[in-house]
Amino acid sequence: MPVNMKQLINLVEKEDWPFTQGHRLCPGCNAPMVAKWATMTAKALGYEPVVGAATGCLEVSTTIYPFTSWNVPYIHNAFENVAATITGAESAYRSLLNRGRIKTDKPIKFIAFGGDGGTYDIGLQSLSGAVERGHDFLYILYDNEGYMNTGNQRSGSTPPGADATTEPVGRKSTGKIQFKKNIVEIIGAHENVYAATAVTSDPFDFMAKVEKGLKHEGPAFIAVLAPCVRFWRIPESTGPQVTKLAMETKYWPVYEIDRGVYKITRKPRNFKPIEEYVNAVGRFRKALQHPEYKEMIEEMQRYVDTRWERLLKLEEVTKDLYLR
Amino acid sequence: MPTRLAVTGAAAVAHAMRQINPDVVAAYPITPQTPIVEYYAQFVADGLVDTVMVPVESEHSAMSAVVGSAAAGARTMTATAANGLALMFEVVYIAASMRLPIVMPIVNRALSGPINIHGDHSDAYSVRDAGWIQLFSENSQEAYDMTIIATKLAEREEVLTPAMVNLDGFITSHGVEGVDLLDDEVVRDFVGIWEPKYPLLDVDNPITHGPLDLFDYYFEHHRQQQEGLKNAYKALPEVFAEYEKISGRKYDFLDLYRMEDAEYVMIVLNSAASTAKYVVDELREQGIKAGLIKPWVFTPFPKKELLAALEGRKAIMVLDRAMSFGKEAPLYSLVKSALYEAKDRPMIGSYVYGLGGRDVTPAMLKVPFEDALKGDLDPNEERYLGLKE
Ligand SMILES: Cc1ncc(C[n+]2csc(CCOP(=O)(O)OP(=O)(O)O)c2C)c(N)n1
Ligand code: SF4
Repeated sequence: MPVNMKQLINLVEKEDWPFTQGHRLCPGCNAPMVAKWATMTAKALGYEPVVGAATGCLEVSTTIYPFTSWNVPYIHNAFENVAATITGAESAYRSLLNRGRIKTDKPIKFIAFGGDGGTYDIGLQSLSGAVERGHDFLYILYDNEGYMNTGNQRSGSTPPGADATTEPVGRKSTGKIQFKKNIVEIIGAHENVYAATAVTSDPFDFMAKVEKGLKHEGPAFIAVLAPCVRFWRIPESTGPQVTKLAMETKYWPVYEIDRGVYKITRKPRNFKPIEEYVNAVGRFRKALQHPEYKEMIEEMQRYVDTRWERLLKLEEVTKDLYLR
Repeated sequence: MPTRLAVTGAAAVAHAMRQINPDVVAAYPITPQTPIVEYYAQFVADGLVDTVMVPVESEHSAMSAVVGSAAAGARTMTATAANGLALMFEVVYIAASMRLPIVMPIVNRALSGPINIHGDHSDAYSVRDAGWIQLFSENSQEAYDMTIIATKLAEREEVLTPAMVNLDGFITSHGVEGVDLLDDEVVRDFVGIWEPKYPLLDVDNPITHGPLDLFDYYFEHHRQQQEGLKNAYKALPEVFAEYEKISGRKYDFLDLYRMEDAEYVMIVLNSAASTAKYVVDELREQGIKAGLIKPWVFTPFPKKELLAALEGRKAIMVLDRAMSFGKEAPLYSLVKSALYEAKDRPMIGSYVYGLGGRDVTPAMLKVPFEDALKGDLDPNEERYLGLKE
């Protein structure tokens, strides 16, 4: 049975928060929602989550010694290696279980959290290796489209036109010109994996995917668009709203690739133009004033339309053709 | 009954690991370390051990995975060399700061660049401040013994510090020698089972590992790491004595060779000590009071033992198989600093030899003794043995 409200309320009533208060993430940041919903889903399903996190906002703000917001076992190692670290723990679990040395009979599930920098860029090798080797873990990317912890630098996920400190908008530049790296396709192409996207405006779609990921025997990956209110220059209360707009403008399609089979899990009835999304996010403000702005928007619109068409076709042709 | 095998140093280390049968081994191949992981993978494939082997995609991930595994509460090992160690570097420090008793054989090899796959000690020296215990071995037998000793030492509660076992690339790792193996059960009983206090997998008592540690506690935690190494220094004689009981082989901080009345003393790490011992014997036949010191333990550095062994001698020649650019060679500078407290300071000289696997001959190792006999040692001059210039 899929995770439901009753199970979650049950946890809340017992005050059994796997991820709890006291963290120092900015008010309105979407990263903690991702961490909380994912670990709560695991708990509600009867699993004991063991969590790893990559260096980034989520990590530095939740574990300031001697405090911690984690009420479940947690490990941070470095920036680029959360996948390798958590698969080391998962390997230890298999070994100790095999040798009868695990002291609990509760089923443990491994969850790794990483920001976009730690996932698209510096940590891609360790993630790819871990997925290829087929470790049983769920990797959750909270995608705020830049290196936020270190002050809004560009990442492989930063969209064109977004102002970033290492690729700023200037008189001669519209900021970053490249489109985002398509991380879900990269991970999905490992074939033995469940890979999906999600948005913070739709927790139930996200939690259903977390459940699928946890139940999938082997690696699973979910990329959640999780705004940084600070560097996206958006009001504190609007993170989820903005991700809804991202979905409705085809900027961030919500879909999954389950062992090669594509499925769009949310199909908005009425699409909005990409410009609405760009206008809603303050980090594009400087680009809006740029003389080349019109061409930029046109190119983005063409790109997101084509990608959506492509996704629809992939959904059709891959139907039931599980690769592994 | 102990068995005697004719094996390479790599195989000897792999056999020690087989007898220890760690819970997890995560490793990545690099010459000349590769045979260790290959032998071990075969032991796993043949069911001789039930270790979970993680053949990762890089050394960075190897060290990351062993950190995850050891934090989880599993006895964990990896092995590497040179550039592999360099790629691990960041996480090597983290492993020590998390107080995880990981054991890692290092098959010493020149650190690029330029690229060179042969033996020298630039890799081991490069991580000398990472907070690991560093043991050195002259030959396959010692590499085998040190792997077992390192496991016992690293896991002691008051130590909880990862340990490296160094053996020379190709010379030790690929040279075939007779090695006495202990019985499997003897090794198993000696190392016992590691019972970590705060394993990550204890879901009933959740712990946060590797938190952000700012200026309010970082300093204190480093001081505690220092305590771990001080405790390792105290524990080493005990562990050596316990090991002697099961093996009959005696280890110490320093291997003292013909040192009783020695006046001219060479200090060198690892395999070159064998050649140096031969040279010392030759010189002794000529009536020269030559001696040799080979440190088995490099970190924690046995300063006190060294000072006691060196005081009152006529001349000390320190040999380094690596350079420290713009500074004195690593072992030399440590020995020199140990001698600061000597009441009766000997002459001292620094010699760099064997870089990138350059052959080390008896004639070459005679040179420092000849210099010393002539009274020609300069504490501020780095000299090179066998340099073609
Ligand atoms: C090897 C290494 N390089 C650089 C850094 C500095 N650094 C720490 S976090 C970070 C960016 C994190 O960005 P992301 O993964 O997107 O997470 P976010 O902060 O946005 O949550 C960087 C560059 C580091 N810790 N380690
Ligand atoms: S800087 Fe951005 S990502 Fe980081 S905590 Fe603040 S809102 Fe969240």
